[in-house]
Amino acid sequence: MTTAEVGRARLRKEDAHLITGRSRYTDNITLPGMLHLAMVRSPFAHAKITSVDVAAAKSSPGVVAVLTGADVAAEQGSLPNAWPITPDQKAPAHPAIAVDEVAFAGEVVACIIARSAAAARDAVELVDVDYEGLPVVLDLEEAAKDQVLAHPGLGTNKSATWVFDSGEAGTGKPIREALDGAEVLIERTFYQQRLIPSFMEPRSTVVDPTGEQITVWSATQIPHILRLMLALTLAIPESKVRVIAPDVGGGFGGKLQVTPEEAITVLAARHTGKPCKYTETRSESLMAAHHGRAQVQRLKLSATKEGIVTGLDVSLLADMGAYLGLVTSGIPILGAFMYNSIYKFPAYRFECTNLFTNKAWTDAYRGAGRPEATFAIERMMDELAAELGLDPLQVRERNWIKHEEFPFTTVAGLEYDSGNYEAATAKALELFGYDALRAEQSRRRETKDPVQLGIGISTFTEMCGLAPSRVLGALNYGAGGWEHAQVRVLPTGNIEVVTGSSSHGQGHETAWSQLVADKLGVPFENVEVLHGDTQISQRGLDTYGSRSLTVGGMAVLAAADKVIEKAKVVAAHLMEASEDDIEFADGRFSVKGTDQSTALGEIALATFSAHNLPDGFEPNLDSDATFDPQNFSFPHGTHLAAIEVDTETGRVSIRKYVCVDDVGVVVNPLIVEGQVHGGLAQGIAQALYEEAVYDDAGTLVTGSFVDYLVPGAPDLPHYTTARTETPSTTNQLGAKGVGEAGTIASTPAIVNGVLDAVRHLGVKDIRMPCSPSRVWAALEEAKMTGGVR
Amino acid sequence: MIPSAFDYAAPNTVAEALSLLALAGDSGKLLAGGQSLIPVMKLRLADPQMVIDLGRVEGLAGVREDGDALLIGAMTPHHQVATDPLVAAYVPLLAKAAATVADPQVRHRGTFGGALVHADPAGDLPAPVLAAEATFILAGPGGERRVAAADFFQGYFTTAIAEDEILTHVRVPKYTGWGAHYEKFTRVAQQWSIVAVAAMVRVEGGTIAEARIGLTNMASTPVRATAVEQALAGAPLTRDAIAAASSHAAEGTDPASDLNGDAAYRRHLAEVLTRRAVVTAAGL
Repeated sequence: MTTAEVGRARLRKEDAHLITGRSRYTDNITLPGMLHLAMVRSPFAHAKITSVDVAAAKSSPGVVAVLTGADVAAEQGSLPNAWPITPDQKAPAHPAIAVDEVAFAGEVVACIIARSAAAARDAVELVDVDYEGLPVVLDLEEAAKDQVLAHPGLGTNKSATWVFDSGEAGTGKPIREALDGAEVLIERTFYQQRLIPSFMEPRSTVVDPTGEQITVWSATQIPHILRLMLALTLAIPESKVRVIAPDVGGGFGGKLQVTPEEAITVLAARHTGKPCKYTETRSESLMAAHHGRAQVQRLKLSATKEGIVTGLDVSLLADMGAYLGLVTSGIPILGAFMYNSIYKFPAYRFECTNLFTNKAWTDAYRGAGRPEATFAIERMMDELAAELGLDPLQVRERNWIKHEEFPFTTVAGLEYDSGNYEAATAKALELFGYDALRAEQSRRRETKDPVQLGIGISTFTEMCGLAPSRVLGALNYGAGGWEHAQVRVLPTGNIEVVTGSSSHGQGHETAWSQLVADKLGVPFENVEVLHGDTQISQRGLDTYGSRSLTVGGMAVLAAADKVIEKAKVVAAHLMEASEDDIEFADGRFSVKGTDQSTALGEIALATFSAHNLPDGFEPNLDSDATFDPQNFSFPHGTHLAAIEVDTETGRVSIRKYVCVDDVGVVVNPLIVEGQVHGGLAQGIAQALYEEAVYDDAGTLVTGSFVDYLVPGAPDLPHYTTARTETPSTTNQLGAKGVGEAGTIASTPAIVNGVLDAVRHLGVKDIRMPCSPSRVWAALEEAKMTGGVR
Repeated sequence: MIPSAFDYAAPNTVAEALSLLALAGDSGKLLAGGQSLIPVMKLRLADPQMVIDLGRVEGLAGVREDGDALLIGAMTPHHQVATDPLVAAYVPLLAKAAATVADPQVRHRGTFGGALVHADPAGDLPAPVLAAEATFILAGPGGERRVAAADFFQGYFTTAIAEDEILTHVRVPKYTGWGAHYEKFTRVAQQWSIVAVAAMVRVEGGTIAEARIGLTNMASTPVRATAVEQALAGAPLTRDAIAAASSHAAEGTDPASDLNGDAAYRRHLAEVLTRRAVVTAAGL
């Protein structure tokens, strides 16, 4: 196999239509006779619904029907949670339209169906809902006390408690021994603020009920899962549902969901017999699409005086919000395996309590559990270094797995197949100019410069390529982690690749074409990638968890391998040679030791015409493959941030950001670079800018982008990016995944840098986002308390 | 994001606009650049029955000299204020402040007069206009009336303009020999000011002869930092003297507390930013 395409920084082929207005997002779809929906949403975070009067709305001009929870109670079912993490997990019923009670502000209480979007919107204000207010519980630590209940019917706010203990699992020692025998014990509590995924394209769904199948177009990351779940939830035969994810404008986990609005649009289409469209406003998106993070992390880390970590005890409170979405309950569990990160300490315990509150429900957001874990351990490594007066890099070096120790079984029970933390760190230090910045930091401290300098370090790893199905089964996840692909060889020799990985901005069309062009020896331009329609791509588990290349891409390669095997039979027959003597390279089959050869295209045509094929040969080169990974992949990297803190205003600026990522073998460096940049932006946003804030009544205060601060290009620094390449040993390409790396690594790098800049002034911690007012308040508090606490 | 239904009129003259406004009464709303009105209508926080678009009214846009002052038309876009040579020559403070408004798209659509009449306490034009001691020229059914900037801003989104009046021009005295700076503090680049300071300083030799300081978002209206102005007048042109004067910046202010900072933080910021604004305006 030549490697002409893999490794090549090709411009993405899908960009031409995306950036020239030829895109087709769900909201662009208009069908004959289509009706428009608008949602009536609860302004209250917790209330009984005593009556819903829709008379005025129904008689409003253009209104066709109004659906209330009572109207659809018998058919709407309960929205799915596919990951009950414990057998006794508690969860409230989750109706798409609330029937008796609302549990967060923004929950749908009625749906207007009208002939125009404007008529639907006008009628929203005419629906008269009587609410009887109930007490709200919003704070996680309050929720844990069970004094005010988010769902009184459950009798508790606790959904489930999940525990991992290395002593019990046999993967390490009991944590108690480590903590009791600690020479140094660091205890900290960190707050992972609630974030909003903020995808660019708001969620939108169009449902056409007029054909034999119900066709659902939706701005979703998961057309296949959505099809199955809509069928199960709404009791429609799965074969009667077709889901299409057309162009989808970002997701970041926020579109890894089966939403109330999708179910309601199906119900509306069913009730009216007409095509129906719902597109949310940005305000609705911020308030009612699922949120992410929202955890309280209590940590105890034991170590020797030399800075060798001996144990880590993690106790989490995780905010589910008001309901359990598709994988809500499992998100903290994805982090459970990552708190030990790249380090090899011998004792580890993790306990997570999932709690309900009267806020929008949470679920996957870029990194999903792993950014939280990485933040915690990387902050703790810095705290340990500060406690011992050691350089934070030195502390990491003393604890990390050395490159010659791979494969390495971690205290959390995962087998890391490969990695080279020394190499990535050495490269990062060189690009960063670590020693010079440390010298400048000392000078600024000595001269009491109002602008102080800090260096933030984050050495991280993550588990990508979700996931080996057996592992998911052991975690009680409701599905497997395989992916499907089909490679079709057309009579002209052109190739169609059908993938179950549904792209929503990742560039699969380009990357898969590169993979197949190399594998089959055909020009890049001759490969077409098809996805995102359950009628075309019948099987798949979709796109999330940095799984596309390491799982979906491997399925594509496996299917292409099968094509080659089939074509070899035809080639041998046509060239009157033994199959054993046929070699395939650069798109041609040749007979060993002769100059006889034939191209894949010629075999494709011969197979199509089927005039002269071996006896019993099925005249078809098309091949399917379903790939189930045997292990996760473990990208890693070293991120370094030089942070300036203006001690007069509290403003934090990123002066320099260097990251060296090791994502294994790279198919398209340009796509990798784009993923790293976008990931960094979202990780930095958590550190400095974004937070979903509710008032005491449970109303979302950050209800627009005026208050929910998503940073833009002017707010972000130039990134110095580089890579090392330590191939994964568990897939044929050696790829590892890159979709979440930047998000996971950058948040602790920034916060560690902020604290490094002001720690000598007595500041030990600042809650995220490290806004100017918070940094200034921390500095003021340190002044009042006379420095170090 | 669909507003309530409304009627729309696009008059060609101030007189026509005034009579339409009189007809519409309190259900009428003037549309200038639409950068604030349209969003609040789309969010249904405002639902005027009649929108009167001033876009076609002649003579309301542009900057011209008027003796010892500049006349800035109410419909002049921010971008034009930011780049106009007369503004740059005589009231650079306004050019600098206008250049910080939102983003390029908003600066090309949003207007000088529209932003002033909207009177958002976090808006970037009221404080500079107040510091520059401008005069608002209002057209009404009874003819023209002039209101000093000090009397114009009356509270949150509230001004001296009556329901039947239209702001046509703002008259700003020419400042020759003054240095100016607008020091804006935000968390992200495209954001309303958390606090901002508009400063104009006239230096004579090694001394600050006069200073005019306006504060953005330190109360429900823009405020003059008169204590700072008094402390600066006659003070030596040194960083220490400016710092000492700036420590009075929060006097008489009443800032709000919100997600970007509480009142105490805003008072502190006012001092720091005033010092920085004056230092820059004085060319130190």
